[in-house]
This record gives sequence, C-alpha cells and structure tokens, in this order.
Amino acid sequence: MNNDQTLKTIIGLEIHVQLTKLKTKLFCATSADYREKKPNTHVCPICLGLPGTLPTVNRKAVEYAIAVAKALNCEISDRLMFVRKHYFYPDLPKNYQISQYIGPGFAPIAKNGYVKITVDGKPKIVRIRRINIEEDPGRVVYIGSIETSPYSLIDYNRSGVTLLEIVTEPDLGSPKEARIFLEKLIAILEYLGVTDPGLEGAFRVDANISFEGFGRVEIKNIGSIRDVEKALTYEIVRQRRIIAGGGKIERETRHWDSNKGVTISLRSKEFEEDYRYFPDPDLPPLRISKEFIEQVVKSLPELPDERIDRFMKQYSLDEYRATVLVLNKWLADLFEMCAKHYDKYKKLADLLITDFLRWINEFNIDYKNLRLDLLQIVKLLRLWDEGVLSVKMVKELLPQIIKGGIDVEDYVKSSGYTRLVDKEYLEKVVEEVFRESPKAVQDALENPKAVNYLIGLVMKKTSGRADPQLVREIILSMLDKMRSTGS
Amino acid sequence: MSKYLSMPIHKLIEEFKTDPSKTFDYLDSLYDNIKRVENKIRSFITIIPQETLDRYVENLIKENKHRIDNLKLFGIPIAVKDNISTKGIRTTCASKMLENYVPPYNATVVEKILREGGIIIGKTNMDEFAMGSTTETSAFYPTKNPWDTTRVPGGSSGGSATALASGEAPLALGSDTGGSIRNPASFCGVYGLKPTYGLVSRYGLIAYASSMDQIGPMARNVVDLAILLSVIAGHDPRDSTSVPFVQSVDYVQELYKLHHKEPKLRIGVIKEFFEGSEEPVKKATAKAVDLLCSYHECQEISLPFSKQIIAAYYIIAMAEASSNLARFDGVRYGMKIDFTNRSWDEAFTEVRTKGFGYEVRKRIAIGAYILSAGYRDMYYIRALKLRRVLKERFDQIFKGYDIVVSPTMPILPPRLGEFFEDPLRIYLADVNTVAANLVGIPAISIPVDFYNGLPIGLQAMAKQFSEPLLLYIAKQLEDRTGFRDILAQL
Repeated sequence: MNNDQTLKTIIGLEIHVQLTKLKTKLFCATSADYREKKPNTHVCPICLGLPGTLPTVNRKAVEYAIAVAKALNCEISDRLMFVRKHYFYPDLPKNYQISQYIGPGFAPIAKNGYVKITVDGKPKIVRIRRINIEEDPGRVVYIGSIETSPYSLIDYNRSGVTLLEIVTEPDLGSPKEARIFLEKLIAILEYLGVTDPGLEGAFRVDANISFEGFGRVEIKNIGSIRDVEKALTYEIVRQRRIIAGGGKIERETRHWDSNKGVTISLRSKEFEEDYRYFPDPDLPPLRISKEFIEQVVKSLPELPDERIDRFMKQYSLDEYRATVLVLNKWLADLFEMCAKHYDKYKKLADLLITDFLRWINEFNIDYKNLRLDLLQIVKLLRLWDEGVLSVKMVKELLPQIIKGGIDVEDYVKSSGYTRLVDKEYLEKVVEEVFRESPKAVQDALENPKAVNYLIGLVMKKTSGRADPQLVREIILSMLDKMRSTGS
Repeated sequence: MSKYLSMPIHKLIEEFKTDPSKTFDYLDSLYDNIKRVENKIRSFITIIPQETLDRYVENLIKENKHRIDNLKLFGIPIAVKDNISTKGIRTTCASKMLENYVPPYNATVVEKILREGGIIIGKTNMDEFAMGSTTETSAFYPTKNPWDTTRVPGGSSGGSATALASGEAPLALGSDTGGSIRNPASFCGVYGLKPTYGLVSRYGLIAYASSMDQIGPMARNVVDLAILLSVIAGHDPRDSTSVPFVQSVDYVQELYKLHHKEPKLRIGVIKEFFEGSEEPVKKATAKAVDLLCSYHECQEISLPFSKQIIAAYYIIAMAEASSNLARFDGVRYGMKIDFTNRSWDEAFTEVRTKGFGYEVRKRIAIGAYILSAGYRDMYYIRALKLRRVLKERFDQIFKGYDIVVSPTMPILPPRLGEFFEDPLRIYLADVNTVAANLVGIPAISIPVDFYNGLPIGLQAMAKQFSEPLLLYIAKQLEDRTGFRDILAQL
C-alpha cells in the first residue's frame, strides 16, 4: 500500500475568462454587456445562430487576446484560425462552438508561455500550454434546481461573448499554489484592463487533479478562486482516502457543489468526447502581422511583475509588501496616490495591507464603490507621527475614515480626541493628583513600583487621553524634586 | 400569351421606366401564367400573392419617382431559391425542419436586389437543404421539367430553373455547391452562372457546404444574367469569405466591351468529360464547341482523375453539411416535439429523425463519420489534399487556356424517380460540375441545343474573377444558336 502522504499532487487548470471590457460580442455587433438584462434581449441573428448567418471577427478581441498572450509570455501565432467544436446542447445555438484548437494544421492564438509566482517566499514557474479565443454559449436556466424545475429555459444573452481559454501545464503542486497562481493571473488580466473578474460568470475554472501514478479527475466550472482551493482540497482528501483503501481513482469529470462543499461525479471519462474539430469554413485564416502585434505590445500597461519591481526600488519595500499591494491593484493605486504626500512608505504600506484591507473586508465594501478622501489617510499617519494620535487611536479612527464623512483634523479638534501631550497641562493634573493622594505619593517615594498607581490616577483624570510615557516622566521628575528638596 | 412573358428584362425595364404603370400589366400576365402552369411543374414553395406585390410596386413607384432610371432592376420580379433568407417570407430549404421558419433578416443578395428596385415574387422549390441533383428530395413535392413533365428539372435549384423556363419569372437566384445552378440550367434550357467563390456574399444563404456554396444568377439570356450578377456581386463585410478587393463591376458593360472587341481566346476542351457523356449530349455540345472553335483557338486537354474529384467533393460537402445542419434540433426553430421526460439527446434525435429527409440524414451521418477522430485523416484530410492538387492542376491549365469547356451534365434529364434506385449514379452525374466548386472558379451553363425536346447545356469555366469572359463566350454562342428568351410550352 502507498504511503499516501508522500504522493505527489499534480494540478493543471483551464481558466475561462470573459473579456468583459469588450463592447460587442466576438462574432457580431451585439452589445456584450448582457448582465442584468432581460433574457434573450441581447441577441441578433448571428449570435442566435440563425440559418444563413455568418460570423465576423471582433478585431478588438484579437488585440486583447494578444495582450494577454504577451503578458503571459507566450509565443503568438502568425495566423488567426478558428475551428468548430461540435456537441449538442440547447444553450449552444449552432450546436458547435467556434473555438481554437492545437494540432496538426491548427493553431491557437498563443502557446508556450509562463507565469512567475511566489510560494512561501520561493519563486516558481507555472507554464501556460496555450490560449484560445472562443465564444461563450448561452445559459440553461432552471426554476429552482435542475431536479425540480418543470422545464428548462434558455437565455442566449451571453451567447457569443468573447472568452479566453487559458490552459496551464500540470505544474501546480497544491491547492494553495493553484490559488496563488490564479490570484496572479487575475491581477495580470485586471492590469491589462481586459476583464472585470468581479463580475458574475466572468471567470470560470476547470481543474484537473491527480496523484502521480493514478487516474486524473476533472472538476468542472468552479466560479471563484476560493472555491478552486476548496474543491481541490476536498478532492485531495477524497482521493487519498480511496487510495489508502486500496481503491482505484476513476478517470472522470466531477462537479463542484459550492453550497455543500463537495464534488459530485458527472460522468466517467473513459472515452474522450469526439468534438469532430475542423477548420471553420466561414472564417478563413487571417494573418496576424508583426506590426499588429508590436502595436499591441507598445500599448501594454505596466504589469504586476514590473510594478512589484518598481515598488521595491522606488519605495524601498520588501517583496512581500510590494506583492500584496500590487496584486490588489486598487490598493496599490491607493498606495501610490498617498505616497505622493507621505514618504514613510513602509508605515503607509503596513497600514493599508493590514488594517485598511481588513476593514474593507469587514464592511464588505466593493473597492469600486470606495469613496475615500486620500488625504485623510495621509493626515492620520502624520498625526500619528507627531504623537497627536496613539496607535490605538489610529486603529479606531481608520474604520471611520473608510466609512467616510470625517475629517481627521476637525474630528480631533472638535472632540478633543487627541493624545494629551501638553506638558504644562499634564503637570497641573499631576500636581492635582499629588495633592489629592498624599499617601500614594509617599508610597511612590519609597517604592518605584508604586509609581504606576499614580500614573493610573492621572490617566483616569484625563479619561485615558494622557500620554502615559509623558505622565511617567513628569511624575518621576516631581518625585525627584521632592526628594532633593527633602520636603 | 402576353408579349411580356418572354421579354428580356433590359427591355422590360425600358418599358417600365417610360410608364411605370406597365409594371402592373406585367404582373397580371405573369400571375396569369403562374396560375396556368404552376400546378403542372410546381416551381415554387411560396408564392407572394399578387395583391401584396401590387401594393409593394405602388409604393416602389411612389418612393422612387425621381430615381427610377438609376435602379438596375426596377419592377423586375425575381424568383429566389428557398435557401436564401428573405425577411418576413417563409424560408424552408424545402425541409420539414424549417417548414414554418420566417427569417427576421434579409440575405445580402436580397437586400441588394430590393435596393435596385427588384421584387421578390416567390421562393422556389429545391432539393432539401440543397442536397440532391433532381429537386426530388424536397420535403414538399418534386418539381417537374417544363420541357417534359415526366422528367426531373435537375437540382438542387430546380424550382428557379423551371420558373424561368416556364415564364413564371424573368430572373432567378440559385445556389451552387457542386453544380446546383448549372445542372438545372442545363436540364431546363436556361443560363446559369456559378460565380467565383467569394464574389457574391453568402450572408443569408442557409449553408450546405460553406467552402463551396455560392449564390448565382439564372436567366433566359446572357445580358439579363449579367445584369443580375452586377447587382449581387461585390464585397460584403458580413461575410468573412467575401473577397475584399472586388468593387462593384458592371458586368453588362464588361460584356459589351468584350463583345465589340471580340478577342480570340484559347479554349481547352476537357477530353474526359466529353467521352463520359451520353451520345446526344456529346453531339450537341461538340457542335457548340465547333461553333466556338471556328473563331477561337481550341485544344483538347485532359483532367484525368474525375472519380477522385467526385469523392473529394462529397467528402468535403458532407463533412461541412453535418456541421452546418447541427443547429436544427427543434430548440429554436424547426419542428416542435414534446420534450417532456426526454433527455436532450433523445429529444434532438427525434426531431432530427422526423424533420430531415432520407438524403439529408444520410449526408449528415456520413459527414459526422468523416470528421470523427480516427477517420478524419483517412477521408477529410485526404479530400483536402486532393482539392489542393486539383487547384494546382487548374492553375496550370489556366496558364495555357482562357477558358475550358465541357458538357454541363453528362446525361439528359432523367425521368422522375429514375435515380432513386441508383444513388451512386446521380452522384456521378455531378462529375463535370463539382471541380469548379472545389477550386472556387466561376463556371457557366449555356443552353446550346435540344435533343428530342430536351435541352442540353455546355459548361465553360475560367479562372477566378473571369466572369466577363464566361459571359462573352455565352453571348457569342447565344448569338450563333439563337438560344435566348425561349419558353417551354406547357
């Protein structure tokens, strides 16, 4: 029997990304912005596959695909070729999907790329096998669940929306690596401005998982990074258990039920489905010129890896801080805007990475809806530096800034909510305490530990706003004075 | 019979332009004729009622008062094959599957015709989904040859050819995947042109085999043919296979230019295609070739592998057909069956079994087999190779010759039902026509003679975009044989 803890996990991913930033669908002029529209209102004869209609390629989609290919370090094909992939399903209007295929005589838009990730501080390369451009099918909609629905409804609004299919080599060794890879991939796509991964359905993953020497299982249609990690973790446990029991892992396709947190068998995969690929005769191969590619490359924005490098150089951040910021693009943008007015970059980064991010999550705020006066954060940090605010106060004020509506300086002024650092004032308070508690003063003169009691009394009198350090200094110097004068 | 019925459209248009109200007289005589002959031959699946067309023409005249002279087809009725989409008019492909399908859009060619003032008079019968060579596989009824109603009109554009030959329409559109325009043109004694692949937009043509399908004009004389070609040819951004550099060409002018210059051409006569023809066909077409050769420079040439050409054609056509017809599953259009308690696969299977005729089911099944893993290389890929070889062979031929000629069909029109017993024979009858589709070159069928009252056609092919040369040759023959504007007596 195998010692299951030593089994090597092999994971490969197939990611379908909608290019949601495209205005129109892949092969027709219908608007691609189908979300929250009435079913079957965003369709035309072409994306409905009506008899006699023909596809024409959306040039912008090709540009975006090339940008993605370049960002994933791929070789880009010199020809744009489409094939038909046949299968019968009601949401597929033509009963074939126009896609791309790798094989003799065929070429996908790009292949042989890689993505660099960092796992537990160690760098790792995840190879990209290929990138395809293809059309999204429509959707089968059920009333309630698939089992109870009295009929199936079909919505073709999504039909024809541009998808990129990104396929990795089986280079990932754990669910965590899969997650880290996906986070990086999504960040890259976001930086390219080709998709909004936050939109429902914009991003779907099929995950292949196996143990070395055992059958491969495919988990279909996982909708979020978190679910990918969970599904893979579940699958590892399930498969380990089977192997430990001396069983065989069936080659099959499974479905991830995110509500129940389990995978369910869909169909066995002993026989590969025959998609009867052949070149789409309606879309003759188009040459992709070097000039076209160069033009796209020239317009590429700064990508995550470059930005991480720059953050490390320009702001002297370590790789960890730079990476966390950069992979949350909006946070990195926020950082850079604040950094224009505030140059203790590490302190700024820490505030954003830890407390700020935590509150954003806590309040469940979509960063796109974040209406924030950046200067508030800068002011907060400055008042902290000047000793006006304590760490504790900073942490209390931050969520109020995020929720909006307060100006830190005004708030501090009007509420008196500052650390008391006014030495003259504190001296008066200390004198008062000394007058009121001669016994305690006597103790403190004899026993240095009793000083804390006096500090406590001052803090109480100032409602906790006094700077304890300063209070201690004042008390000690007054006690010294008393000793030296012998009074 | 009205003098109008056999009048060429360029003369009709002159009459209409001087007095637009004559259009109504014309429609009267046309509909009278349709009433008289339609039952005997059944050219149409859908005929637009005369009242509807009268109203349409009224508006047409009102709206175009000042530009009638600029409209190339003003007031001319056109019979359109029923696999070409017409907005608001049922388009069935002669199939039960699309019996009640009314397209919400017009094919590009239809748009172009309407823009030039043309009128759609009806949708013509055809072989189901253009699969057949006799118009007998129509799911509705077969069309009959107007020259002998016991015989087939040829196919698959049989209805368009018979509508012309019997005077039901002066112009028609057909589609040609392996000879579907030229075959019925030959059997019915009319002119039919399959244009260069990519010259005429396929947008709106319900696909049979996309890499070979081509819409083309059919007419009773060469000038009319050239007029309709001028209207429908030209780049269409909605069709990625449409050739981008083709601007609109006035084929009538091109034809007249050549006709006046009368250049001497080098003509290749395909030996095998003559040898393989029935005696009367061989004789009639050889006589026509002699007419051409009395002026041009002729030479016999060889195209040896005709059996392989047929095989490659059917393999590619069926493979593409199996894919193109996959969308007909009863979900969005087509037959409705009760899906309750059935899996998708069961429901689809039932719809497709009931909705498609035997010939279509056979071709889909063979096509799916051809594309399936393990067989693709053996059949499909080899057919593509042969297609390439054939292209090279034609490139070579056109270095030495301007056009090549052969009989259009190796046989006379068969009797109805005759071919059902021997399907392979009908596939082989396409031997002369399929090469032009595989290679993408233009080809024309020119009626040249009769034998026992049955028309016989000569086919001429030329290199890509040489339509003017084909029209020129056709016009020369037309002038010498007097084969123009002839109507079958019914």
